[in-house]
Amino acid sequence: MTTQRIKFYQTGTYTAGNRLLDEEARTVQSRMDRTNSLNSGHRACQGCGEALGARYAIDAAMRTSKNRLIAINATGCLEVFSSPYPESAWQIPWMHSLFGNAPAVASGVAAALRAKGRDDVKVVAQGGDGATVDIGFGCLSGMFERNDDVLYLCYDNEAYMNTGVQRSGSTPPFARTNTTQAVGEAPGNLVGTGKNVPLIAMAHGIPYVATASVADLHDLEAKVTTAMSMNGARYIHIHVPCPLGWGSDPAHTIKVARMAVESGLFPLFEARAGSVVDRMKIRRKVSVERYLELQSRFNHLFKPCRNDAAIAAIQAIADENIATYGLIDSTRP
Amino acid sequence: MRAQLEGSQAVAEAIVLCRPEVIAAYPISPQTHIVERLSRMVKQGDVGRCQYLNVESEFGALSVLIGASAAGARTYTATTSQGLLFMAEAVYNAAGLGLPIVMTIANRAVGAPINIWNDHSDSMALRDAGWIQLYAETNQEAADLHIQAFRLAEELSCPVMVCMDGYILTHAYEPVDLPDQASVDAFLPAFSPVQLLDPSEPISIGAMVGPEAFTEVKYLAHQQHLRALTLVQDISDSFERQFHRQSGGLCTGYRMTDADTIVIALGSVIGTIQEAVDGLRNEGIAVGCLKISCYRPFPSQQIRAALESSSRVIVVEKDLAVGMGGIVSADVRMALNGLHIPVHTVIAGLGGRSISTESLKQMVRDVRAERLSEPHFLDLNLRVVDEELARRREQRRAGPLAEQVIRAVNAIGTKVV
Amino acid sequence: MIAIRFHGRGGQGVVTAAELLSMAAFADGKHAQAFPSFGSERMGAPVMAFCRIDSKTIRTREAVTHPDMLIVQDPTLLHQVEIFSGLSPDGYVLINSTFSLAELGIGDFLKSMPPGHVCVVPASDIGVKHMRHPIANTPLLGAFAGITGVIALESVQSAMRQKFSGALGEANAAAAQDGYDHVIASLAREGSGLHHARTT
Repeated sequence: MTTQRIKFYQTGTYTAGNRLLDEEARTVQSRMDRTNSLNSGHRACQGCGEALGARYAIDAAMRTSKNRLIAINATGCLEVFSSPYPESAWQIPWMHSLFGNAPAVASGVAAALRAKGRDDVKVVAQGGDGATVDIGFGCLSGMFERNDDVLYLCYDNEAYMNTGVQRSGSTPPFARTNTTQAVGEAPGNLVGTGKNVPLIAMAHGIPYVATASVADLHDLEAKVTTAMSMNGARYIHIHVPCPLGWGSDPAHTIKVARMAVESGLFPLFEARAGSVVDRMKIRRKVSVERYLELQSRFNHLFKPCRNDAAIAAIQAIADENIATYGLIDSTRP
Repeated sequence: MRAQLEGSQAVAEAIVLCRPEVIAAYPISPQTHIVERLSRMVKQGDVGRCQYLNVESEFGALSVLIGASAAGARTYTATTSQGLLFMAEAVYNAAGLGLPIVMTIANRAVGAPINIWNDHSDSMALRDAGWIQLYAETNQEAADLHIQAFRLAEELSCPVMVCMDGYILTHAYEPVDLPDQASVDAFLPAFSPVQLLDPSEPISIGAMVGPEAFTEVKYLAHQQHLRALTLVQDISDSFERQFHRQSGGLCTGYRMTDADTIVIALGSVIGTIQEAVDGLRNEGIAVGCLKISCYRPFPSQQIRAALESSSRVIVVEKDLAVGMGGIVSADVRMALNGLHIPVHTVIAGLGGRSISTESLKQMVRDVRAERLSEPHFLDLNLRVVDEELARRREQRRAGPLAEQVIRAVNAIGTKVV
Repeated sequence: MIAIRFHGRGGQGVVTAAELLSMAAFADGKHAQAFPSFGSERMGAPVMAFCRIDSKTIRTREAVTHPDMLIVQDPTLLHQVEIFSGLSPDGYVLINSTFSLAELGIGDFLKSMPPGHVCVVPASDIGVKHMRHPIANTPLLGAFAGITGVIALESVQSAMRQKFSGALGEANAAAAQDGYDHVIASLAREGSGLHHARTT
């Protein structure tokens, strides 16, 4: 009898479901019993990274909490497109209070549940980068510092998108927004500004901090699942491209996110009690240009002429991340 | 049980009697003694499963309670002045969402210039945010009003501010009779929410409402407040039946019968005004006083009825609408619309300035002799004011106003003003 | 009604003194109102506190501008602030000091006060004796009971036992006793007997 070697390739996130995987390792989205917490009919833009990330994250959280979850949402794209009065896309108990207070409101819900002895019900807070990195930062730090029993999810599309694309503390260097326009001597967002909230979260010493991306939805689900099995303050920072604000093709949302990960610009890692414990290695490193060229918010770095210095500076950030987090496996050829 | 207590202590004990479930606290003078005492009682285990959160700001404090209240917990916090303004967005949010949060406002002036002493500028700044506003005259009333406030808030699904004068009441020791737990339990049932974040019955709270529905939502909120006028009085009456003393209500008169001049005020100054009224009555002057206990909603009908046979009204208020004049007096004038009763505005007690019986008596005499300006600033130091105005006319770079005036007044240490 | 004004510096328990006095008056079956006049917490700054005592409910909230009695816990304030401002001509003055009025430089100033109304009490020393710290407020409250007779010493002591538990309460009560005894002895030496203030 002759034999033939057959190679099986995991298609990973190129497919929504994968029956070759163990039951437990399959994405929540491939299950018949998924809650569809963020139901269809919401008003997100075509190709919205945040809608994708939120659906995966919240469904994973619901599975871990056995469908006993309360979600608190900051003002922003997700809140606006998911609750167009008189409709709501949320199939779970959900509340929107203000722009800057989602972490505090969630802390309050957690306290109420504790007062009532309901330790079976879990709390998730979610907001965009504006709500998390800027205006809600004080409340976020307070929630971390008190170690309140809340999982906070930040959907980072790197600007205030719902108000029409303005710069936030998460906007990357050189990126064009309507308040960091591509004009003058230093076009786009200024270099040397911005906050790294995952690192700040780690500095609070909270039980769990992770970065994730819609480029790897299985990884996002796994991180949410891990976080939901823990108590105390937990934080996951999720990179979500915004076709409108980034000037990318709606069909390229996952591809753009993948370029960010594979270039090293958006490192994927996990941290516990303030120290990095794991990272996702880059499978095939790409230059940052592969990422930048997909988005017109970086057009001015290429036209009318190439800004070599800027591109090199961005490359240096990526290379630094690769070194810091050990994103390239030096043992592999 | 009747005891000699600090106002803050009386309030803290009243809150505990109401079985709160989540308390959020951010310290600010002069509310600190309230939240300190509550923290101690919670930590000692005197408050059941109540959760006490030390938060990062007043905005955080009210936000925590918004979440906790939506999740079905009875909630409480206290603040004042700068803190109340810092949470302003959340104040409107809580009212708009219909969450029955109870909050003490230890009334204090709002800066700049920074001032930690009593006046009503803080609660006045948020009078139209949709919260019920009750004002306490004494520490006894402050304790009682908090108990009434929870019942009122939860029946209406509307947050309630209980206002008590900072330092003057919060830090004053005086006799207070605190009820026992059984009586409070009989008066205040467990919180039964109108809306609840509950995994077994999911709902969405906090939707965006556009032009097609916003007016109707606000109209209904307004109707809710008008309904509150009846409820505030009913609850006060119910309280009186159960605890055998009158506390709160809409407005209460003192020596109003046959009074031709009526002095109106909110809060602790009522006591001093009553002393002045007694003194003037001895001089043969027919003066009375009307205390407004419920300021929002504004009891227009009751105030109109109380004042309609008087010849003149004097509103003594611890607040100022800069560039306009009186705030409470404007509301009173509106209530008296069409009656042609002159309403005099007297701005008094700003930034904690003591209001004396003598000054109040002279104020009444001056009003009756038509000698008073409108608005009138009680005990204003005209010399200092005129000097400063002259100085500013002479030089452009006259320096910061507050510092110059302090220098002119030459206030040092503990000189009693 | 009588009104008492306390003077001292932050950290000396001036506010506590007024509160204790109000609690003593309550224990004595009277109405009392005590409140401070100070601001942000700061050690060493001049501080005032007030107490009103009456046989009926006290309604006014104004500052005490015409005290019937002054209790001065820190004599360094005597020439620094207008301590005697508004003092009633037949008021009372208690000063915490081991110096005489003349040595304090206010002998002439207080000459016009009625006999038996002014007394210097070594309150800090009494505090050291009973509490190992120069705590002047409780001895002065005992002295208050002695010089005015408005409130029984027992009521003053019961307030102290209520505010401070166990041994500390007893020590303060004993300090109050010493303050009381000092005044009685001092007045006896003066030959003026006891003059009791009106309470209404």
